[in-house]
Amino acid sequence: MEAVRRLRKHPLDGLLRPERLPHLWCPGCGLGIALGAILRAVKRRIEEGYLQREKTAFIGGIGCSARASLYVDFDSAHTVHGRAIPFATGLKAVRPDMKVIVIGGDGDIAGIGGNHLMHAARRNIDLLVIMMNNMVYAMTGGQLAPTTPTGLYTTTTPYGNPERPINVVKLVATMGANYVARAAVTHPPLIERYVYKALGKKGFAFIEVISTCPEVFGRHIGMRDAVDLLNALRERVVVKQRPHIDESYYEWEGGKFVLGEYVDKDDPSYLERIGVIKG
Amino acid sequence: MARVEFINANLAIAEGVMAAGLRFFAGYPITPTSDLFEYLAVELPKRGGVVIQFEDEIASINAVIGASWGGAPAMTATSGPGFSLMLEGLSFAIMTETPLLLAYIMRADPSTGVPTKSTQADVFQARYGAHGNYEIPALVPWSAQEAYELGAKALWVAERLRVPTILLSDATLAHTFERVEFVPVRRAERKKPRVPPEEYRPYEPEDDLVPPMASFGEGYNVMVESLTHDERGYYAPTNEAHRRLIWRLVEKVRRNWRLIHDTKTYYMDDAEVAIYAYGSTARAAYAAVKELRREGLKVGLVRPTALWPFIDEDLKRAVGGARRVFVVENNIGLMYKEVARALRDKEVVSAPLIDLELPTPDQIIEVVKEWRR
Ligand SMILES: Cc1ncc(C[n+]2csc(CCOP(=O)(O)OP(=O)(O)O)c2C)c(N)n1
Ligand code: SF4
Repeated sequence: MEAVRRLRKHPLDGLLRPERLPHLWCPGCGLGIALGAILRAVKRRIEEGYLQREKTAFIGGIGCSARASLYVDFDSAHTVHGRAIPFATGLKAVRPDMKVIVIGGDGDIAGIGGNHLMHAARRNIDLLVIMMNNMVYAMTGGQLAPTTPTGLYTTTTPYGNPERPINVVKLVATMGANYVARAAVTHPPLIERYVYKALGKKGFAFIEVISTCPEVFGRHIGMRDAVDLLNALRERVVVKQRPHIDESYYEWEGGKFVLGEYVDKDDPSYLERIGVIKG
Repeated sequence: MARVEFINANLAIAEGVMAAGLRFFAGYPITPTSDLFEYLAVELPKRGGVVIQFEDEIASINAVIGASWGGAPAMTATSGPGFSLMLEGLSFAIMTETPLLLAYIMRADPSTGVPTKSTQADVFQARYGAHGNYEIPALVPWSAQEAYELGAKALWVAERLRVPTILLSDATLAHTFERVEFVPVRRAERKKPRVPPEEYRPYEPEDDLVPPMASFGEGYNVMVESLTHDERGYYAPTNEAHRRLIWRLVEKVRRNWRLIHDTKTYYMDDAEVAIYAYGSTARAAYAAVKELRREGLKVGLVRPTALWPFIDEDLKRAVGGARRVFVVENNIGLMYKEVARALRDKEVVSAPLIDLELPTPDQIIEVVKEWRR
């Protein structure tokens, strides 16, 4: 009996709200892989005494990805669609002693919330923003996202997407963020490494995590099976030490997703500049 | 004696909220609010607060919500177009019981209208502009002095009742310079949890229907949840949970109306005719009442300092024995609808006087006399 109970416990249970489970994520969804890796990084930072649990907050908007903020046992907020970054900015401005982490989908962060993303990066406000990019609006049933690769089928582009996907990595880098990296659920240790690193940065830190949504992204491109989709992504992923920013653009047909740390610098942060924290 | 200055209502609001303990302001420039913003940008950092100009009004209100959860009394200020952009955030603040102050400086309408001039077109915007079932307070000053006092009070109400609160002013007041005495005001403070984190439930109300509020960073693992939630803040999509939550959010404001309202009456003791007016228009109405009294008419003024929640019993008390009530307002006759409903046994007359400056006392006198014949 004791063995069963021990087995039932997950090493990250202490950082989750088990009474809030089961989560709403579909079987085979990439989001759980990403959240696991993120929490392992957070846990290491806590164990090292760098982060304090009660001084760490998770803020999410709306979407499958943003739900992560509801499942973690920290101060957390489930804000309106697209506005997690402004909420986090207000919080951080009055609680500079806290580490504020935003988790959201590509629609949440770069679509409806794209204006806030751009200006938060420009402001170099001290936040960590993790954008789960499943290249689709998943929660609402598989519609076009600004990140959807050209030509792919979604429920609102039944003849194929005529648009080009937004290159969020390049956008955020151009706006002057201190840290910009791209990871993917095909390589969880990379997610963990980048999150761990970003938690130590001042200013605006941004990590894009390419994720898989077999349920409503895979379905419409003929890859309903979770493993097929993950393998299809794995074939398109390339890991580089310090990729050049011009390597960040992706496409699905004949394209590559270049993972790596694109920007890592230490420009003065917003809170430093207004004298709220010391440089 | 308290400090006295000659300032407009916008700066008076800024002084009032700082005296009440404001610590965060986020905004996006818009006429006729910008001088309030600019004044706070100079003054608030000197008192340890933070002022940020955001990319739009959507970001502004959401940042205010975040700051409020960080434990800081927080506000934004805007006018009609910006308020329209803030509505989703306002609804979120209502649902999550986030204290915040929104100074809403009305300007002439609809859309871009006449940005530097005013009417009182947005009184229902302030009441039900956002989506969903709710009730929130809206206070309405008639002078720079009262802008100072009600600004402080609105921030206090927001924190005390854990509710977004509107201070409804207009472009006319914003541009009117008057003597303002910085009288002492109450510090805005929210109820803090009295139980340890393991026992704390962020949406569990006390007898006054207001739940004590733990802020972020205090070890309570707070859950800010905009989904219909139970007392713990966990999603609860049932009729029972939804009804319980909605009615508490509404009743919390209605039942505590005495903390919000302070309806003023002038010359009402023996009045047979009452004028109901609010905000800047009440200034002209007051002048009209004094003139009509000189002419021997038994006229008085009823002036609410809060429009919402609308409390019938408070209005009935203020109107007393007057038989006829003129609702004078600078719009198409909006508050009239509520006043007429509440005073069914009286003759209630709508006097919608749309004027980009301010209806004049003469216009009001004319309306009252017209009806005497
Ligand atoms: C203002 C507003 N518009 C639309 C919606 C509906 N909506 C909910 S989630 C979502 C998109 C989610 O996509 P994304 O952010 O990429 O997250 P995912 O579900 O893919 O993880 C939309 C459009 C909403 N909640 N609010
Ligand atoms: S819809 Fe897609 S992104 Fe959402 S939980 Fe299911 S698989 Fe994951």
